[in-house]
Amino acid sequence: MKYRSVFDIIGPVMIGPSSSHTAGAARIGLVARQLFQKQPAWVTFHLYGSFAKTYQGHGTDVALVGGVLGFDTFDTRITDALTIAEKKGIKVAFCEEEAQTEHPNTVKVRLGDDDDQLELVGISIGGGKVEIKELNGFALRLSGNHPAILVVHNDRYGAIASVSAKLAQYELNIGHMEVSRKEVGKEALMVIEVDQNIEDHILKEIESLDQIRKVTKIHE
Amino acid sequence: MFRNVKELVSIATEANITVSEVMIRQEMEQYERSREDIFTQMDRNLTVMEKAVERGIHEDVKSVSGLTGGDGKKLYEYIRSQDSLSGTLMLEAVAKAMATNEVNAAMGTICATPTAGSAGVVPGVLFTIKNKLQPTREQMIRFLFTSGAFGFIIANNASISGAAGGCQAEVGSATGMAAAAVVEMAGGTPQQSAEAMAIALKNMLGLVCDPVAGLVEVPCVKRNAFGASNAIVAADLALAGITSRIPCDEVIDAMFRIGETMPSTLRETGEGGLAATPTGRRYQELIFGSTGKKV
Repeated sequence: MKYRSVFDIIGPVMIGPSSSHTAGAARIGLVARQLFQKQPAWVTFHLYGSFAKTYQGHGTDVALVGGVLGFDTFDTRITDALTIAEKKGIKVAFCEEEAQTEHPNTVKVRLGDDDDQLELVGISIGGGKVEIKELNGFALRLSGNHPAILVVHNDRYGAIASVSAKLAQYELNIGHMEVSRKEVGKEALMVIEVDQNIEDHILKEIESLDQIRKVTKIHE
Repeated sequence: MFRNVKELVSIATEANITVSEVMIRQEMEQYERSREDIFTQMDRNLTVMEKAVERGIHEDVKSVSGLTGGDGKKLYEYIRSQDSLSGTLMLEAVAKAMATNEVNAAMGTICATPTAGSAGVVPGVLFTIKNKLQPTREQMIRFLFTSGAFGFIIANNASISGAAGGCQAEVGSATGMAAAAVVEMAGGTPQQSAEAMAIALKNMLGLVCDPVAGLVEVPCVKRNAFGASNAIVAADLALAGITSRIPCDEVIDAMFRIGETMPSTLRETGEGGLAATPTGRRYQELIFGSTGKKV
């Protein structure tokens, strides 16, 4: 079941004109911003399928940039997002891609500054709902509807158990969890969706655990 | 959790509760939220819809491209100044559906039901039927939960995205959702809601998504108009005791399979249908220039 809430159907409250091309795009941009945790110096959007064909008409461009600026779907500043980004000195680029993707509304967001870079692939599945399919080359499935944390860790035994034990200690229930790695014994990624918001001190405690490199929080 | 219309209707019928109540209870259980909390959120959505309707029928709304705007207001003034052929109730729903979508095209604030491109149908019907049935605020909120319950099934078993399933998945879904909700508000049974949705959706099957210049304007605004009128007619048919020979779940399944076989030129790419007509292409060039870039 892709849709779980009545508010996926009656909602979101948003700036028009398209739930998949405007609201969904804003949400993908917003997830990228939350993962990057700061204002990027540059951002490039690679657009596929229907996104590539109609992104200007549907305001997909302003919505994606608005999301990266931290604006939610109903934020009226979305309409001026390109100008606001320019004023903030963020370099924005759009690339229309020819390649066929599994889903017609796919975008790859690459953003960064002098120190860090991030790349994610998101799809907008309709009615404003989105899924994040890939993060820095890791395949994942993230709805963006629940509070979630991303844990970059070393691919060693005990790493996953120590993180879940820490969540249990604070009585945080895991709703969905995925673990992936690019190579055995190298960098790995845990995606954990939880029912409640996770406080910052708990994230710090998780980050200080053995084998854990970086912890990032995403929530609605 | 109900997965299809058959399950939804049987849960409601066996417990002797409405479809809206089934949806409310599921939402409470699924997200461990209180009834009050959920009602407050839906109340906010209802307020957004009402504001969009009011804005569209009273203000001179114009989209950024200039392709749409002002038709909802024009029709609303028409029914107030003379005797119309279709009748005031029908045309008021149509006017309000168009008005909402014109606000959407103007990048105004709307509530997606189930999508932005189809956001006019449910509020257009609701804020018109309201004058006839005089519901309480709670009943109006319940209208949205009933619409949501049926939309939820379509979204999970077929699609509510024009890019995936064409306009039948957007305005078609919205029409079926509104029809089912009108039936509940008018005192019909959950089964009659299902019949109304089946009848409404059947008449939207095959509808393609062919926006001129890729904009959610032409033909979207007027498709919302006819979605609203179809929803009211389908509700009346169901309330009269008329049933759909093809069960609602099978209609949804047919809609899904039609969407799967629809060529991509007719699924929100702006490459086929009305978008590919000489006039459609002329508008595309006028708005975006021959390079395809915004001018």
